[in-house]
Amino acid sequence: MKEIRAHAGFPIKPVYGPEDVADVDFERDIGRPGEYPFTRGIHTHMYRARPWTMRQYVGFGTPAETNARFKYLMGHGQDALNVAFDLPTQLGLDSDDRRAEGEVGRVGMAIDTLADMEEAFAGIPLDRVSVSLTINGMAAAITAMYYAVAEKQGAAADRVVTTPQNDILKEFIARGTWIYPVEPSLRLVADLIEFSAKHYPRSNPVSVCGYHIREAGCTTAQEMAYGLEIAAAYVELMLARGIPVDDFAPRISFNFTAWGKIFEEVAKFRAGRRLYARMLRGRFGAKNPKSWMFRTLIGGGGSAFVVQEPENNIVRGAYIALAGALSGAQTMALPTYDEAYTIPSAKAQLIALRTMQICAEESGAADTVDPLAGSYYVEALTSAMETQILEEMARVERMGGIVEAVKGGALQAEVARQAYLFEQKLVSGEIPKVGANCHVGDKAAEADREVELYAFDPQVAAAQVAKLERIRRDRDNSAAARALRRLSDEARSTGNLMYPILEAVRAYATLGEIARAMKDVFGEHKEPVRF
Amino acid sequence: MKVLIAKPGLDGHDRGAKVVALALRDAGVEVVYSGLKRTPDEIVQEAIQEDVDVIGLSVLSGAHLLLSCRVIEGLRAYGAEEIKVVVGGIIPPRDVAELRKLGVAHVFPMGTPLPEIIKVFTKEASER
Repeated sequence: MKEIRAHAGFPIKPVYGPEDVADVDFERDIGRPGEYPFTRGIHTHMYRARPWTMRQYVGFGTPAETNARFKYLMGHGQDALNVAFDLPTQLGLDSDDRRAEGEVGRVGMAIDTLADMEEAFAGIPLDRVSVSLTINGMAAAITAMYYAVAEKQGAAADRVVTTPQNDILKEFIARGTWIYPVEPSLRLVADLIEFSAKHYPRSNPVSVCGYHIREAGCTTAQEMAYGLEIAAAYVELMLARGIPVDDFAPRISFNFTAWGKIFEEVAKFRAGRRLYARMLRGRFGAKNPKSWMFRTLIGGGGSAFVVQEPENNIVRGAYIALAGALSGAQTMALPTYDEAYTIPSAKAQLIALRTMQICAEESGAADTVDPLAGSYYVEALTSAMETQILEEMARVERMGGIVEAVKGGALQAEVARQAYLFEQKLVSGEIPKVGANCHVGDKAAEADREVELYAFDPQVAAAQVAKLERIRRDRDNSAAARALRRLSDEARSTGNLMYPILEAVRAYATLGEIARAMKDVFGEHKEPVRF
Repeated sequence: MKVLIAKPGLDGHDRGAKVVALALRDAGVEVVYSGLKRTPDEIVQEAIQEDVDVIGLSVLSGAHLLLSCRVIEGLRAYGAEEIKVVVGGIIPPRDVAELRKLGVAHVFPMGTPLPEIIKVFTKEASER
C-alpha cells in the first residue's frame, strides 16, 4: 500500500480504531464546546447561535473604487470587511514617492492621508460594520486613521470593532512589509495593543497570522507552532509593560489557513485551541476564560489554487470552506478562483462569498458543533498534531525564541527550506494537484484566456498624487509639522506612540511623513538574507 | 555559471524567489539572492559586482513591466547588456510578449514547473 503522510510529516494509517485514542482523556483533552480547553470550539453552540463572519479581502485602486466594491459585497450579504492596502501604503510611502512608482493602487487601495480613509469608508457606519485592516508595519498609523474616521462619523469608541493585523513578526518571516528594525517594530505593535485595550475595548488590536507563514511554505504544524510562539511573544511584551494579561488577551485574534487536507486542518485547529488555552491559563496565568480562547479567521490560501483550469479552484474553495466550518472558524475569507491570474474580479469575489453562504446555509456543516469530535481518526490526528506542534515550538526555542530566530533569519531559512521540499513533492507528484501534476488537460501549458484580467488604470496614481498635493496645500502645515516633531521626540523617548500618531493623522500629515518621522529615529530593518 | 535572484520593487513575497534559488544551488549553480525590496539600480550594481551571467527577477505585485524595463535600461547604461534577464511571478499572458519586447530573455508566468525554470537558466548561462 502506498504510504501517505500528513502535510505535517507524520504517516496516515489506512484505518483508525479505539486503540488510537486510548491515551485521549475526554475531560482533559476534549471537553465541551465553549469550555476549557476549547478543543471543540470557543462557543457552546457555535454556528447554531451565529454563523461565522464572512469577510472577503478587498481593496484596489483609489479609495473611491474600493468603497464601491465594499458596498457591492455588502449588498450581497457580506457582513464585514477585510481591507487590502497597496504596497506603498503598507510600507509607509506616499503615492508620489519615487519608490512607489508602478505600485500605487495595485495590490490594494492607496492611502496617503486621513482624507483617503474618510473616502474609503464613506457611507459605511463604523459603529455597525466590523472591519479588518491588513496592515502591519504601518498598523499604528492606519488604525489611527480608522479611529479618526470613526470619531468623525460620531461612532462611540466602544462600538468600534476593527482588527488591524498588526503582526510584524510574521512580516519579518513571510510577508515582507517590515519597515523598522525588530525592536522598535515590536514597540509599535505593543503601543497599538495597549492604546486599543484602553480606548477601543471591542477592537482586536492584533491578529496573529500563521496564514502567511504557511503561504510562504511552512507545514501545518509549523503554521500553528509559529503562530502560538508569536502570540506568546506579544503577550510577553505587554506583561513587560506591567499590563495584566486579562486586560488585553481577550482581544487577541488569529488568522490561519485551511487549504490542506481537510481532516488534518481540523485537527490543527482543535490542537491549536487547546494548546493556546493551556498556554494562556498555565504559563501566563490568565483568569478570564475569554483570554484562553483562540479566536480565528480561517482563510483560504491562494497557494492551494492552480493556474491550470482555473474554474476548478471554485471546487477547491468549497473544500476550504468546509474545512473552515468543521474547524470552528469565527470568520472566513476565501481566495478567488482567478487569484493566480489577477486582482479578483467582482464575479470571482461573489462566487467566493456564495461558496461560504452555501457551506453555511445548505451543506449542514454548520448544524452542530464540532461534528468530527469522537472520530477515532480526528481525535488521533488532533493528538498527533499537538505533539508535532509542541516539537516545532521547542525547535523555535532552540533557535533562541521567536524574536531571535527572526532577527538572525533562521526561521526564514527554515520556511524557505520547507517551501522547496513542498515544490519537490509537487514535481514528484507526491502531493497531487489535479490539472497541474495529475489528470493534466490538453491545454495545461497555456494560460486561460477566459479569465477576466483586472484592468489596472495608470490614472489611479495620477489621481492619488493630485489629491495628495491638494491636501498638502490646504492643510494647516504648521500643525502637521508640530505633530510630526512631537512624534519624532516621543519615538526617542518611551511614551506610547499612538497619541502623537493620532495627532499627526488629524492634522492630515501624510503616511510617508509619519513613517519618516519614526524612521529618522528608528532606522530601517536590515534583512538577514539567508536561503 | 552564476545567477542573481532578485526582488525588485516593494513586493514582499519571496517564496518563489527562494525556491528557485535553492533549486539552482542544488543544480550546481552559484547563486546570489538580493533579499527584498531592492531598487533596479541596486540590482544592476549587484549583478555587475558579482559578475553574474543571468539575473532572475521575481515580481508578484503587478509592477513587472516597469521594474524589468528599469533593470534592462540600467544594464545598458553600465554597458552590461551581456547579462541576461529572466522574469517570473504573476505575469498575465498579455504581458509575456511585452516583456520579451523589452529584452527579457525568458518569462516564467505562474504555474511554470520548477524543472523547466532550472533548465532555462542553465541554457541561458551556457549560451552567454
